[in-house]
Amino acid sequence: MTAHVSIQNVSKRFGDDANAIVALQDIYLEIARGEFVCLLGPSGCGKSTLLNMIAGFIAPTAGSVRVDGVEVTAPGPDRGMVFQEYALFPWMTVEQNVAFGLTIKGMTRADIAARVGELLKLLKLGEFRARFPKDLSGGMRQRVAIARVLALDSPILLMDEPFGALDALTRRTLQDELLRLWSELRRTVVFVTHSIEEAIYLADRVVVMTYRPGTVKRDQPVALTRPRDPAANDFNALKRELAGLVMAEQERHIESERRGVTVD
Amino acid sequence: MRKSIGQFAGFILPLALLAFWQTLASTGIVQPMVLPSPVAVAERWWVALLPAQAYDAAQGSYLSWLFSGELPHDAAASLWRVLMGFLAGAIPALPLGLIMGASTSAYALFNPLIQILRPIPPIAFIPLAILWFGLGNPPAVFLIALGAFFPILMNTIAGVRSVDAIYLRAAQNLGASRSTIFARVMLPAAMPYILAGMRIGIGTAFIVVIVSEMIAVNNGLGYRILEAREFMWSDKIIAGMITIGLLGLGIDAGMNRLNTHLLRWHRSAEK
Repeated sequence: MTAHVSIQNVSKRFGDDANAIVALQDIYLEIARGEFVCLLGPSGCGKSTLLNMIAGFIAPTAGSVRVDGVEVTAPGPDRGMVFQEYALFPWMTVEQNVAFGLTIKGMTRADIAARVGELLKLLKLGEFRARFPKDLSGGMRQRVAIARVLALDSPILLMDEPFGALDALTRRTLQDELLRLWSELRRTVVFVTHSIEEAIYLADRVVVMTYRPGTVKRDQPVALTRPRDPAANDFNALKRELAGLVMAEQERHIESERRGVTVD
Repeated sequence: MRKSIGQFAGFILPLALLAFWQTLASTGIVQPMVLPSPVAVAERWWVALLPAQAYDAAQGSYLSWLFSGELPHDAAASLWRVLMGFLAGAIPALPLGLIMGASTSAYALFNPLIQILRPIPPIAFIPLAILWFGLGNPPAVFLIALGAFFPILMNTIAGVRSVDAIYLRAAQNLGASRSTIFARVMLPAAMPYILAGMRIGIGTAFIVVIVSEMIAVNNGLGYRILEAREFMWSDKIIAGMITIGLLGLGIDAGMNRLNTHLLRWHRSAEK
């Protein structure tokens, strides 16, 4: 069986030749159907760039990204994306935001209402359906964003540091809910984070990336049984190990910033 | 207590001005023809507001009789022109602004022409407007449309350009086509700017309607003011001016309510 998402020798350069920034170099990654993969690394390691490539927002300079063997050339609802900034449409209510993808699909009103009701219930948003995003907390907004993407029934979920802006308790709640949804719906999830603990808590596999140029430093399967306990010894052993890898890259990030190489 | 003072603070200056004006007029320091007293203006205004004939059921409904006075007629004529002109200006400005804001090539195509036409005040088009459209409503509506067109266009362009790219990405990701993104993302996201442009546009329309009525038509508030000048009826001139002020105030209040309703999702709409 072929991989669900297949990233083949992908490189990405930004800017012209003289002072081009090599964001990604020769990335090779295969993600199986239903797998939960975290891309982990410091800022500037190209993890978001890679995610945006799978989403179809950015084209690789070399190599290809394939989904079910078909090359990705444009964004599409088969790869639903949850953004760190939520990206909810502020002029739409919670209900309208969730229904947006369904109206585009051309579903009937009754079907949309039923599906939206189902999703709002699933994400415990029922009583907020008529609110505008400005009247919701960060955690609630991200629930709406997740519901909006789940509505698409996309086989692949792309998440770009979705819980990065939330407080620690809300983050844990949403992580647990994401795991619950994932185990029920069995989607392929590609999740970008810079939190080592979050990556180990969530993923089947943690892909540690190097600082510029972004390459795969370690492809680490996480064999711990769920629900995982972040205080457990084996959890911490893995955390310590990955922290060593990530912090070495963070050092390089700081070093290059000090030299004034980084412009971002 | 403080709040109740704040509520009435806005009335202090107009009332003081009125008192000062009345003193000037009643002490005879200035000629009534140069500056009539507020009371005379109010009387003139009231007379113009009332129907000229006694009510006659055979002539029509009570309501139409009630508004048969000179002032309601003129006010309605001016308002109608403002509305028609505003629509005639807004209807092309909106889609053109959306296209120019969204596409750099459309912007490059239209912008030079627009930047040349925009600084020309609509008033300067009066001779041509009369040549092209004759006398009556058409030249007036054309001039008002010109006055409303540019502020709405410029604000719509700015509004579309200010749309956060993350919304476009999210919409693309959800499978939206270009036209859906246009109608359901760009347009509402640019709405705060567009409404601000409309508010400026309707203000310009009001300026232009008075001027064009002074030249091309024979009713409306602008015409009535000019007519009163012929007879040196300064009280009637001022009554007409005040009516314009009141209408403008009413329209702005209406626009404001529309604004609050349409932008109830907006952060700045929070009380």
